[in-house]
Amino acid sequence: MTKKQKRERKKILIAGGIFVLLALIEHLGVLPAVFDNRLLKLLCYLIPYLVVGRDVVKGAVHGVLSANPFDEAFLMTLATFGAFAVGEDTEAVAVMLFYSVGELFQDVAVGKSRKSIKALMEIAPEYANLLLEDGSTKTVDPSELKIGDTIVIKAGEKVPVDGIVTDGTSMIDTKAITGESVPRSVRKDEAIISGCINGEGLLRVRVEKAYEDSTVAKILDMVENASEKKSRTENFITRFARYYTPVVVIGALILAVVPPIVTGTGFMMWIQRACTFLVISCPCALVLSVPLSFFGGIGAASRQGVLVKGSNYLEALGEMETLVSDKTGTLTKGEFRVTSILPASGEKTGEKAEQSAANKDALLETAAYAESFSDHPIALSILEAYGRKPDTAKVTDTMNVSGQGIIAQVDGHTVLAGNDKLMQENKIAFTETDQAGTVVYIAEDGTYRGCIVISDVIKDEAKQAIAALKAAGVKRTVMLTGDRKEAADAVGKELGMDLVCSELLPADKVGKVEALQQEMSGHGKLAFVGDGINDAPVLARADIGIAMGSMGSDAAIEAADVVIMDDDLMRIPGVIRVARKTLRIARENIVFALGVKLVVLALGALGLANMWAAVFADVGVSVICILNSMRMLRAK
Amino acid sequence: MKKKFELEDLDCANCAAKMEAAIKKIDGVNDAVMSFMAQKLTIDADDDRFDEIMQEVVKVCKKVEPDMTILM
Repeated sequence: MTKKQKRERKKILIAGGIFVLLALIEHLGVLPAVFDNRLLKLLCYLIPYLVVGRDVVKGAVHGVLSANPFDEAFLMTLATFGAFAVGEDTEAVAVMLFYSVGELFQDVAVGKSRKSIKALMEIAPEYANLLLEDGSTKTVDPSELKIGDTIVIKAGEKVPVDGIVTDGTSMIDTKAITGESVPRSVRKDEAIISGCINGEGLLRVRVEKAYEDSTVAKILDMVENASEKKSRTENFITRFARYYTPVVVIGALILAVVPPIVTGTGFMMWIQRACTFLVISCPCALVLSVPLSFFGGIGAASRQGVLVKGSNYLEALGEMETLVSDKTGTLTKGEFRVTSILPASGEKTGEKAEQSAANKDALLETAAYAESFSDHPIALSILEAYGRKPDTAKVTDTMNVSGQGIIAQVDGHTVLAGNDKLMQENKIAFTETDQAGTVVYIAEDGTYRGCIVISDVIKDEAKQAIAALKAAGVKRTVMLTGDRKEAADAVGKELGMDLVCSELLPADKVGKVEALQQEMSGHGKLAFVGDGINDAPVLARADIGIAMGSMGSDAAIEAADVVIMDDDLMRIPGVIRVARKTLRIARENIVFALGVKLVVLALGALGLANMWAAVFADVGVSVICILNSMRMLRAK
Repeated sequence: MKKKFELEDLDCANCAAKMEAAIKKIDGVNDAVMSFMAQKLTIDADDDRFDEIMQEVVKVCKKVEPDMTILM
C-alpha cells in the first residue's frame, strides 16, 4: 500500500469505529436526550461522515466550482446529503464509508495489477560492466555505452545492450524476451540480445547497438505505449459513460420531483430513491473494467514472447478470420536442403533398393564434386547433403554457365550439373521431374545420370500451428509466395492451407491481401505473417501485421502491429487465445457492471433497493470487475 | 512534437477519459492520450507553443482532478 492508501485506511477505521459506537448508542437508547433531537443526532453522525468523506465533499465543491458537475465526488456528496436531509443519517454515513472502502480496494487492486505487469517487464538492465583499457571494469548506466565498447557480463547478470560475443561461452536465458524457457548457448562471434540473462560463463561482448536502439529498450517502449492505442470496446465504454451519468442524474431529478406531484405521496420517500439513483450514476466501474482487462491481456501476451503494440490489435487478434502467411522464412526455414535424389538408371530399370541407395550416393558424389568450387546456395546444400569433403584435386577446369549451372572435369569425366536449359543446350536426353523445388540435373560424359531436388524445408511446428489456428477459430489460411507453383502447392498441401497463391511479385501481395479482405465477413480481421523482409507494405495493409523472428530487424518491428520474438509459429494460436480471453473478460465486465446497475436502478425506482445496494452496484461491481480482469495476469 | 509525461495520483479511470477529452480540445494539441493503466500522458502538440500548451493542459487537468500531478 502506498502512503496515501494507508492514510485512507486509517480514516476508514476511525470513522467506522465512531459510526458503530454511535449506532449502538442510538439503538440501545442510552442517550435519548441527544438522539431524539434531530439536530444533535445529525451533528453526531456528521463526525464519522466528515472523517471519512472530507476529501469527497471537498472534491464535490471543487467540481461545482470548476463547472464539472457530473463528478463522482459530487454525486456521492449530493446523494449522502440527500439522505441526511430525509433523516436517514445512518444510511448516509454507511454509504460514504462503503464508498471509501470500495475506492480504497479498487486503488489497491489496480496498483497491484499495474505492478504485476511491471514485474513481467522486469527486463530492463540496471547497469553494465564497461571494460576499460587497463583490463579493469567500471559499472556504468547502460545508456552510457557506445557502439564498439566492450562490456563484461558475469553469470546471472542481464545483457544490457545488443552485441556480439567476443570471448567466452555460456548458456543464456532468453525467457523474458522470447518466452522460450530452454536456455540458448552462445559462443564467440555470435549475437546476443539485451534483456536476456547470462546463465553461467563470463562473456565479453562488443556493443553493437546503443541502449535506446537495443531490443530491450524497444520492447519496454512498445509495451508502455500499447495502452495508448485503444480498442473499440474501450472507446465504446468511454463514450457510453459520457451519456450514462447525465442520463441517470436527470432520471434522479425526475424521480425526486414528478412522482410525488403526480401521486401526491411524500417527497421524502422519492428523494431517498433519487439518492439511490445518484449513487449508481457513477461511471467509474464501467470505464475502468475494460482497459484493465486489455492491459492484462497485453501483459499476458508479452510473457509468451509476443509483443502486441496496442489494445486495438489485441482486439483484432481475437476477431481474426483469415490468416495470410508468407512462405519462405515464415512457414519454411528459408534454408535449402536436398530433399530427393533421383538416379536415372534407378528410375528406368526399377533396381532394388540397396542398389538404388548406392546409385543415389554415386549421383550425389558426382554432383558434390562438380559443385565443389561453387559457393552458390544450391551448391552449398548439395555439399552439405554429401557430408564429406570432396577431394578437390580430382576436380579440374570448372566453368560456371550463368543461369544454367556448372560444367566441370571430374577425374577426367565431363560433368554437367544444372537446370533443364543446361541439358537442352548440351543436347542431353533427360527426364524432366515434376517434383517441387529446385531441380539440378546431372550428366556425365554426355549421358544423363539423374537429378537432385533441392527445396526449402518446412518448419517443424508449421503444420501443427496451422491446425491449431483452425482449432482456435481462424476460418481461412492462405499462403502467398513468389515461388514456383509446384513448390508452393506442395508446401501448401502438406501444411493444409486453404489457399495457395504462387508466383507473386512483392507488389502483387498487397493486391492479394486486399482481395482477401473483400471476401471476408464484416467483422472478421485479416492478419498477415511475414518475416519482415520486403513485407512492410503488406504488413501495413493487413488489419494485423505480424512480424516473425524479427529480433534483429528494426524495420519489421516498426512496420508490424504484433511482433513474435522467436520464430515459433505456435505463438500465433497462443496469442489468439489470450486475445479471445481478454475480449471475453472485457465483455463479461461490461455486461455484469451494466446489468447490476440497471437492475439496481429499476429496484431503486420501485423503492426495493436502498442506498446500500446502490453502493454495491457502484464500488462493489467495480471491485468484482477488477478481480475478473486480474485473471488475465495469471493467464497461461 | 510528441512528449510523454508520468502522472501521479491519477485515481479514477473516468477522470482520465474526461481529461483526455479536455486536453484534445486545447488549441494546438494534435492528439492526446491519457492512459489510466500506465499512468501516462502522451501529448502531440505544436512545437513552438509547447510550453504554453502544457500550462493550459495542467490547468484543465486541475479542473477535473485536482489531486493529480503531471511530472514534468
